[in-house]
Amino acid sequence: MNDNKWVIETHHLSKIYQMGDVEVHALRDVSLNIAPGEIVAIMGPSGSGKSTLMNLIGALDRPTSGEYFLEGERVSDLSDDQLAEVRNRKIGFVFQTFNLLPRATAQANVELPMRYAGVSRGRRKQARAALESVGLGDRILHRPSELSGGQQQRVAIARALVNDPAIILADEPTGNLDTKSGDEIMDLLLELNADRGTTIVVVTHDPEVGERTQRIVKLRDGLVVEGDK
Amino acid sequence: MNFWQSFLEALESLTANKMRSGLTILGIVIGVGAVIAMLAIGTGAENTITGSIQGIGTNLLFVFRGGSDDVRNPKPLTLADASAIADPFLAPSVSGVAPLLQGSGEITYASESMTTSLVGATPEYASVRNYDVTEGEFIMEEHMLGRASVALLGPEVARELFGRTEAVVGESIRIEGQPFRVIGILEAKGGGGFGPSEDENVIVPLTTAQARLIRRSGRDRVDMIMVQAITADAIPQASEEVAQILRTRHRTAIGADDFTIFTQQEFLDTFQTITSVLTIFLGGIAGISLLVGGIGIMNIMLVSVTERTREIGLRKAVGARKRDIMIQFLTESSTLSLIGGLIGIGLGWAISAIVGQIATANDADINPVIGLDAVLLATIFSTAVGLFFGIYPANRAANLEPVEALRYE
Repeated sequence: MNDNKWVIETHHLSKIYQMGDVEVHALRDVSLNIAPGEIVAIMGPSGSGKSTLMNLIGALDRPTSGEYFLEGERVSDLSDDQLAEVRNRKIGFVFQTFNLLPRATAQANVELPMRYAGVSRGRRKQARAALESVGLGDRILHRPSELSGGQQQRVAIARALVNDPAIILADEPTGNLDTKSGDEIMDLLLELNADRGTTIVVVTHDPEVGERTQRIVKLRDGLVVEGDK
Repeated sequence: MNFWQSFLEALESLTANKMRSGLTILGIVIGVGAVIAMLAIGTGAENTITGSIQGIGTNLLFVFRGGSDDVRNPKPLTLADASAIADPFLAPSVSGVAPLLQGSGEITYASESMTTSLVGATPEYASVRNYDVTEGEFIMEEHMLGRASVALLGPEVARELFGRTEAVVGESIRIEGQPFRVIGILEAKGGGGFGPSEDENVIVPLTTAQARLIRRSGRDRVDMIMVQAITADAIPQASEEVAQILRTRHRTAIGADDFTIFTQQEFLDTFQTITSVLTIFLGGIAGISLLVGGIGIMNIMLVSVTERTREIGLRKAVGARKRDIMIQFLTESSTLSLIGGLIGIGLGWAISAIVGQIATANDADINPVIGLDAVLLATIFSTAVGLFFGIYPANRAANLEPVEALRYE
């Protein structure tokens, strides 16, 4: 069944949190497939389970039940260190708050995933190339505090790209940006999707962001209500 | 990630909080400095004591009166005992015998006066003790026979009374009010790491001391007999010979001697035991401050882990395994303590140099010694402290859940 028709393939994923005596069903029976080269928005009101779904798709967490295949590899029951390796090789994260190392230069920030991948040769060159591809070729040695929000998010995108991942997972990538920078970031993501064929999953509650993607998956109360295949 | 890179990164994140890192390092600096200084001073004191015991002479035995409590009518040591021990047929392993009387007295010259140790000695004392004079001559046989009123002065005594250590021979001084002629100045022996320096001694002929200066009940009595063995190997043999002679002469029962023989080695061993116990004790106290420094590291690392929860989450998100995070924080804590250790070695060196100066100024000749072993020990130990106290915080960081760490505000 792993014929790699889908880059992301989930079967009946569910996640239950224990809050004191109460069981919270953050995600119920989510089966979602995403094809290579797609750009998909996951939308829903707060509490709909989209963050939980993003954590599962991002291999940051394990489901309570169900299966998750990433590029045909079963990820749903790997160990912590195996998950770390999966995140390192196959997933590029873009966060709402950028999450750059404040004391490191743009280049060092972009190099970080390669360091954990054990790449020792040509790291600098690759990091520079990634920064150039997001239009920051002239900001290589700047620190995050010396960059605007849009530029910081570009550094984060370069960091997400640098290990050539199967998917880029963007969690509210425009949430902390003004409209203009937000649009530019969306332009950049669409461009990457078009030029490189990178699969991109955007988690957002902003309908304007959603509209610019090819497909919108809507979640409500932990269930996919629209847009699954 | 290679080691050098983790080290650089650790330095970078430590310099981001200079004040905090500095204070944490200070704890280790004080701990390591104290350990180094205490070990150095202890070794210095031990060397001084060893030196002053060895300075007494070579292959020596010291015979004192008194021994087992079981002896009835214990007899004192006498000059006759000393001559018996000096008999080469009775004691072939003995090469020299020097009986002594020891006391103290007031020495005056013109208006200067001082109270110092008096030693009544025989001509043999010079060879047994390996003593030389810087001017004049040592006590001669005729001084002994004539109970001559002559004295040799230690260099400190000469300096005190005459303000010089040369051209003193021939001067007249008074010892306990009786006139004496100075016949020589003793060479400086230094020492005095414990007890008064021998450079403050005044030596007079034993017979003169017996008759006029250091009175003891019973004529002929002496306080101690120093015996020199022919070689270092012959010391046990010489000790046995001396014991046999004294047992015969004192007619004591077997197993109940009324005298005690110490060898120089026994003295050395005793004092070395004392100084090494002292060194361990001081080093242990200093070690406690190193422990406190280590707890400081742990505390600051815990704070750091909490502050950098999001950073840890991000690192995990981009692929850091537990081991990577663990190594990162352990490198930081051991870098802190390594730097502290290196500075601490410098501080310890400075403290021991100052203590050495103070000791010299106070006539106690202690030269603190910082051995390579102490430096290595301190470096390794302080890094180990950093590692040990870093394990708990690093482990805590490594086990953070990425989802929660990323969400942490």
